[in-house]
Amino acid sequence: MTDGHSPEKRRPDKAAFFVAAALFVTAAVIAWDAHGLGGAVSRYSGIGAATVPYFVAAIIALLGIGTVRAALKGDFPEREVIEFPPVIWISAGLIGQILLLKTAGFSLATGWLFAATTRGFGYRALWISFPAGVAISFLLYLAFTRGLELTLPAGILEHLL
Amino acid sequence: MDSIPALIHGLSIAVQPHNLLFALIGVTLGTAVGVLPGIGPALTVALLLPVTFKLDPGGSLIMFAGIYYGGMYGGSTSSILLNTPGESASMITALEGNAMAKRGRGGPALATSAIGSFIAGLIATIGLAIIAPLVVKLALAFGPEDYFALMVLAFTTVSAAFGGSALRGMTALFIGLALGLVGIDLQTGQARLAFGIPDLLDGIEVTTAAVGMFAIGETLYVASLGSRGAEKIEPVRGSVWMTIEDWKRSWKPWLRGTVLGFPIGALPAGGAEIPTFLSYSIEKRLSVKPEEFGQGAIEGVAGPEAANNASAAGTLVPLLTLGLPTSATAAMMLAGFQQYGLNPGPLLFTTNPDLVWGLVASLLIANFMLLVLNLPLIGVWVRLLAIPRPFLYAGILVFATLGTLGANPSPVELSMLFGLGFLGFLMRWFDYPIAPVIIGLILGPVAEQQLRRALAISQGDLTTLVSSPIAIVLYAVAAMALFGPMVLRWLLPEKSIPVLNTDTD
Repeated sequence: MTDGHSPEKRRPDKAAFFVAAALFVTAAVIAWDAHGLGGAVSRYSGIGAATVPYFVAAIIALLGIGTVRAALKGDFPEREVIEFPPVIWISAGLIGQILLLKTAGFSLATGWLFAATTRGFGYRALWISFPAGVAISFLLYLAFTRGLELTLPAGILEHLL
Repeated sequence: MDSIPALIHGLSIAVQPHNLLFALIGVTLGTAVGVLPGIGPALTVALLLPVTFKLDPGGSLIMFAGIYYGGMYGGSTSSILLNTPGESASMITALEGNAMAKRGRGGPALATSAIGSFIAGLIATIGLAIIAPLVVKLALAFGPEDYFALMVLAFTTVSAAFGGSALRGMTALFIGLALGLVGIDLQTGQARLAFGIPDLLDGIEVTTAAVGMFAIGETLYVASLGSRGAEKIEPVRGSVWMTIEDWKRSWKPWLRGTVLGFPIGALPAGGAEIPTFLSYSIEKRLSVKPEEFGQGAIEGVAGPEAANNASAAGTLVPLLTLGLPTSATAAMMLAGFQQYGLNPGPLLFTTNPDLVWGLVASLLIANFMLLVLNLPLIGVWVRLLAIPRPFLYAGILVFATLGTLGANPSPVELSMLFGLGFLGFLMRWFDYPIAPVIIGLILGPVAEQQLRRALAISQGDLTTLVSSPIAIVLYAVAAMALFGPMVLRWLLPEKSIPVLNTDTD
């Protein structure tokens, strides 16, 4: 809200400046990419491939300025205090799955994702969650490749079939 | 085509045994996934999209219709028993319904929400059948400049209506528009924002973005809250049946909610939260027991839940007739259509009448199935709520990545899913709404195309954009949507619209 719900001055939220910085970088990347497209415009419409990107970049930059202003006025909402280990575990699960996919195949890679996610939610028995995840993924692999004829990356386990 | 014969024709398609089976599978899956805590109808549809990849378009769209309505029903169950609204439109149900459940009245709360959803869905689906052909007639007269104005209207309302602050809504919308720029520009063949990565040339898949931001982002956020995110399940004690007094207190709110929800949903502005909030405050004002509100008043569940379902059916009007998604769920339905190369819009009604009317008729049938599925079998669904959190969320991520891989078995696609998921997590943490990103991603390229088409026809004359009466009306509505709330807030005393003031995502 911009109508001054909090009369007492809050200190400017530092995180808001990071958000604004991210917006400025995004705007710059879009503008730089649009610049690389060259200035050619259609003879008929008077606009080209770069026109809309320039417009989007300009608005994002303006939104960045708006974010800075909101931060200075103390309008940036407060955030929940979060715990980082669960985020790291789940991210490791997803990244691990991406890296393992080609070599180990769908079931093992996704089993790792399953185990790492349960760990992120506080379930510590990886020797249970990993085999369980592999089993679930393997069943899903069978159901989707045989039943629904989708293609999923095969690996060690899948080649046993 | 006239509505009534068309609808009867649609019913004759929908009652074919295999279509009935698709509808039944759809409602069952939709309820099962929708009931999982924190998963709203949009994510339900997104997660289940890959299941329908290899089916024929008719059957899978019918299944979708079932998933869509099933997700809505399932979502209210978890809102009431767990207080975890999967989307902002269920916030009221969660607030009032959970209060009822805490007082041991979970059964009647579920019943009034299911029956209210049924009645609202029934009336609104018939409304959809009546209104859609009229809008189609109007839409056939739309030129590119009118379509562009329509997109501007959708952008404005989506970013102003979602979330409490226009700055945050606009930021989310423009992130979506930026994502929509990625890929080959259709008119010049130039690659934009692809950074030399071949997988990016086709643009960012809507389903990847939606599953990433909603499923992965939400999972990361819930995990980061640690044990704070955990909610206690309220057991359903006693009978699920409503007493005579419950019926007396429910039927009027159901009808009023429907009357509020359907037209607002059908506007090309959308937002299911507005009718639910309006319904809540009206019921509170009209109730004989206003003191019960906040402590679990049955009217406060019956009205908003009916409004929510009616507006969900209403959003199908702009979706089917104009190709305009006005909610995250409608956006997912659009992605479902596009998966088969079908583009909803006025032409679909003439080129594929069987498909459109079969879909509308299936919504009616799905609605009946859901009433049966939800009232007597509620115990089965409640058990799904008891899945331990680690396994529940691990399962969600497995299914989310499975769907993405099913669509495109490539590690790059999976990396994009993770990247967008992490962005979704940051946005959740910093309290930015997610839905405008998805809407921007879908509608941005369409808006650009219409803009360039309009300007090509007018030889670059910018005044063409405001030369048609339809476009002028649409811009006026957009201006009202943007500045209306500010004026309202300025005219009315602070206290009178507190519920509209809360951040609603």
